Amino acid sequence: MEETRKHLLDDFQRDFPLVARPFEEIAQRVGMTEQAVIDAYDDMLNEKYVSRIGAVVTPNRVGCSTLAAMAVEPDRLEEIANQVSAFERVNHNYEREHRFNLWFVVTADSADELDAILALIEKKTGHDVMSLPMQRDYHLDLGFKLEWS
Amino acid sequence: MTLVADKDLALIEALCDGLPMHPHPYHVLGQRVDMSEDQVIETLKRLIDDGVIKRFGVVVQHRKLGYTANAMTVWDIPDDRLDEIGVSMGRLPFVTLCYQRPRRLPDWPYNLFAMVHGSERNKVLEQVECMAKVLDLETVQRDALFSRRQFKQCGARYKQRREETRS
Repeated sequence: MEETRKHLLDDFQRDFPLVARPFEEIAQRVGMTEQAVIDAYDDMLNEKYVSRIGAVVTPNRVGCSTLAAMAVEPDRLEEIANQVSAFERVNHNYEREHRFNLWFVVTADSADELDAILALIEKKTGHDVMSLPMQRDYHLDLGFKLEWS
Repeated sequence: MTLVADKDLALIEALCDGLPMHPHPYHVLGQRVDMSEDQVIETLKRLIDDGVIKRFGVVVQHRKLGYTANAMTVWDIPDDRLDEIGVSMGRLPFVTLCYQRPRRLPDWPYNLFAMVHGSERNKVLEQVECMAKVLDLETVQRDALFSRRQFKQCGARYKQRREETRS
């Protein structure tokens, strides 16, 4: 990966400029033009190196969320996973190596709504959901330190 | 903790898919929620100061960048040591999330979760070993759940389309 792109990935994971023309400020700091910065981020978004430039919200400060797990028969995993992903309020959905092999995050406006969505997911999939809401956050999110080899 | 106002929520919702790639991204964002460019910038600053927004910036895709090994490590920590261990674990450089969550006995005995990303499986396992040694947790029951397929990953949605709750 080019040096400038590494800077665009590494240096702006937090404290992204909150000024009228943020890409221009970044351009000055990395020695590119504003348009080149925009194009580079656009490419990295299209290539999926970057999932978005935006806000990581503190859990349970906005709405109500939980990490949920299901134990699914391996030969039905893809089918059940797709049923879970189809819920708009599911924003992460992963297979993991465990008896509980499907893990997903559900976000709602309130605790009642969250319970209702989990109940709907159970009904739709015919599988029990184990809900593990966050109780305390011990991690200060400074972004992810990438190691370039 | 302050409650998040509807107007703030609308802005956070508009940001779910990320900033538009435009020279004036906050202006474009503001048009979607009926706020001026300045109001968008000031609101975001306030939400960051208040701790509602934990981090504002580039969200990278670990997998695509070569961090294909990802383990959710889970630990059964004695309750009286949880805060001390949690704080220390949350500071380790390769830990990207560290949360207390409830046990669900008998199925699930773990109360501390820490996400570890690495370039390969063995490195992640070494890091988990290292965590156990450094934090004196070698006798504690633990597991590392490596991820396989990613079925969905996107920003959280805070407004629901109504049809979903009806079906």
